[in-house]
Amino acid sequence: MDKILNLLEENATYTVEQLAAMCDRSEDELRATIDNYEKEGVILGYKALVDWDKTDREYVSAFIEVKITPKHDFGFDKVARTISQYPEVQSVYLMSGVFDLAVLIEGKTLREVAYFVTHKLSTLEDVMSCSTHFVLRKYKDKGVEYRVPDVDQRGEL
Amino acid sequence: MFDYSKVLSSTVSEMKPSGIRKFFDMLQEMKDVVGLTVGQPDFVTPWHIREAGIDSLKDGKTYYTSNAGLLELRCEIAKYLDRRFSLKYDGEKEVVVTVGGSEAIDIAIRACVENGDEVIVPTPCFVCYEPCVRLAGGVPVILETKPENKFKVDPEELKSLITPRTKMLILAYPNNPTGAIMTEDELKAIAEVIKDTNIVVLSDEIYSELTYGRRHTSFANLEGMHERTIIVSGFSKSYAMTGWRMGYIAAPQPLASQMLKLHQYVIMCAPTTSQFAALEAVMNGDDDIEMMKEEYDRRRKYLVKRFAKMGVECFEPEGAFYAFPNIGQFGLSSEEFCEKLLYEHKCAIIPGTAFGRNGEGFARISYAYSIKHIDQALDRIEEFVKTF
Repeated sequence: MDKILNLLEENATYTVEQLAAMCDRSEDELRATIDNYEKEGVILGYKALVDWDKTDREYVSAFIEVKITPKHDFGFDKVARTISQYPEVQSVYLMSGVFDLAVLIEGKTLREVAYFVTHKLSTLEDVMSCSTHFVLRKYKDKGVEYRVPDVDQRGEL
Repeated sequence: MFDYSKVLSSTVSEMKPSGIRKFFDMLQEMKDVVGLTVGQPDFVTPWHIREAGIDSLKDGKTYYTSNAGLLELRCEIAKYLDRRFSLKYDGEKEVVVTVGGSEAIDIAIRACVENGDEVIVPTPCFVCYEPCVRLAGGVPVILETKPENKFKVDPEELKSLITPRTKMLILAYPNNPTGAIMTEDELKAIAEVIKDTNIVVLSDEIYSELTYGRRHTSFANLEGMHERTIIVSGFSKSYAMTGWRMGYIAAPQPLASQMLKLHQYVIMCAPTTSQFAALEAVMNGDDDIEMMKEEYDRRRKYLVKRFAKMGVECFEPEGAFYAFPNIGQFGLSSEEFCEKLLYEHKCAIIPGTAFGRNGEGFARISYAYSIKHIDQALDRIEEFVKTF
């Protein structure tokens, strides 16, 4: 496994210079490796983790359990890909257990999310049922705690 | 008027405050300073270790333990020393759990050193050895290690400092502040010098887990040295547990039993909550050590590379989390350099002289910080260096 991937997953703002020094590789070699990962779709993007609760943006998110109608010769891929097309959908997972797809969606208001579920998601042909859970507060996401970072209070010795 | 000068011990009054402290006080008065000054991990103690401490409180384990520390903890420390460094100690009789490595250093020195005994202290080094030797009535004999030797103890130089009054040699590798280590062969040369003497070695191995590229060799592992070595170590650096104040000594029973007496009268026992946390650390914390070490190693490599790029000479530090670049090339004393850097570029590093006279021309840089923070500080150093 390539260390570069761990490092970038941990902090996408590492520069090529930093990564090269940390991994004992030349900057050119490193740049080429990253380009390749991007081409192959191993690395799909670089984003900041934003705590919208600390801003004045109106924001609501919900976690939806989706059951799919069982059919002969049916793949979940098709419906999962379809659901993924909606811009308000943030994540789609195929799950084991009592429901089939877990869908994380974001909207400006509760009403907007409700509209999406009732008018778009649940009306899809293959969707049998939806169970919507609104997120009340986010504590941790992608390994990062959502709180004000601590001030460095370490003593000198 | 009460005359304080008449009640205070002259040994204590004459003791100078640590040079790190002095610099830190200057720094406190300033805003927006980016510093690379602290000598402790930037990680939080791993959760399973913190939880073990919390659980011990929930379970009402608020008593004193036995003086030497929980027997289970001492036995696990012995197992750990064997597992990680092939050292053989009897947890029951040869390990004492102390309040940080600092107490361990103090009781080790006091158990051996008395009026006029000479203790060889290689510098640059951590700030506490000299004062502890003086407090015990001993005489510190400074061995100035050289940059051309990568700040390792030179056997010939050691030989030249030994007198009939030499009682103890202090070895502190991996080293704070230089980041130097001593390899097995280099330590063997030291062992060769002292093997026919009656010198006891205080080997401060608090950074033993933080070596890069090769495993640490403990001085006690060399032939004939186990019997005369006191190992000082602890949990602070390897498990990011500085605030828990957990250290220990490992030494042959005739030495350990005497240090235990001191510990018993002065401390009673190390804090119980911390001991339970340490027990979890020593039993299930090997992976945490590796994780943190890898992270330090990345920062170390980056730091060395950047110094090279900006034309500041810096020998490759192989241990601890410090680099010791040569700043003498800019024609200022270490203190002047660090003060100017602080006041003009708002970057704090510690002048090498805080760790001994021969730290002149160098500065200690700690890389117990995020890469982003290190980068910011290095940008400021680079700006400053460009003005010469």
